[in-house]
Amino acid sequence: MDPVSVAPTEKPMETENPETGEEHAEVPAANVPWVTVVHNDPVNLMSYVSYVFQAYFGYSKDKAKKLMMDVHHKGRAIVSTGSREEMERDVQAMHSYGLWATLQQDR
Amino acid sequence: MAGYFEATSDGAAVALDEVEISILRSLTVQLLELIGPGDADSGSEEADPLDALFAEGPSEPPTDPALARLFPDAYGEGPGGTPEAKTPEAQAEAAEARSASAEFRRYTETDLRAGKRDAGLAVVRSLDALRPAESGAVLTLGPEDSRVWLGVLNDLRLALGARLEITDDEDSGELYQLPDSDPRKPMVMAFLWLGGLQETLVETLLP
Repeated sequence: MDPVSVAPTEKPMETENPETGEEHAEVPAANVPWVTVVHNDPVNLMSYVSYVFQAYFGYSKDKAKKLMMDVHHKGRAIVSTGSREEMERDVQAMHSYGLWATLQQDR
Repeated sequence: MAGYFEATSDGAAVALDEVEISILRSLTVQLLELIGPGDADSGSEEADPLDALFAEGPSEPPTDPALARLFPDAYGEGPGGTPEAKTPEAQAEAAEARSASAEFRRYTETDLRAGKRDAGLAVVRSLDALRPAESGAVLTLGPEDSRVWLGVLNDLRLALGARLEITDDEDSGELYQLPDSDPRKPMVMAFLWLGGLQETLVETLLP
């Protein structure tokens, strides 16, 4: 949606030049997207993790399976992106399903 | 312990014998005891609903490993923990993650515990409603019950997995080869059986 990247890609916001804030006054730094990360876990079944991605996020079977395989092989996968509040909701939902999830700012 | 779920026209069904029913019930009751009442003043029936609404949950992660797994930190590095912060920036980041996790926990853990408790109670109720004959009983679940059961089977496996200290994929492999004399054997058998139940139940829910 937002074609202008206001997110500092390398470093956290503190190092951002305050000057740049003026140009993007409409887009506060807090709008740098957040992500929900699901971590690998030796107990959760692969089929169950796929099921959760389909049931909660409404992802297709293929997308859910690909994310599950990423979690399994890479140890973690980004499963959703949005505002901090949205990601906190997703993380809470993942915890209710028993998946180990965290949120962080995408950078 | 060979009973596994099969899809029905409207959900799932599993044949359970008396021993299996009693094991499932006892494990679920233990899970409920582990999860606990959740809020401090649940003892009083007259509690003001507004109090409950504004009551804050805990800010520290549970010390029990099984509970800590059921209610993990929402910020930070996830399993394996945060590597020891060496630079001041990394230390500041870790401190920020801890504080954000504490905040998140205060506002969510009570609800999470309540949800898991309700699901566990529903499982106990459906087991108690069975009238096992000599050959056992058939538990039938509608779609909604199936989802509740699926979550509880998962929580049970997470709790047992924490007790068995399964922390990587190799640990679970080793458990298959325990000698019968190992004190962990019964718990391992239950863990594997629950895995079979969960696997077959999830299959009935996947399109």
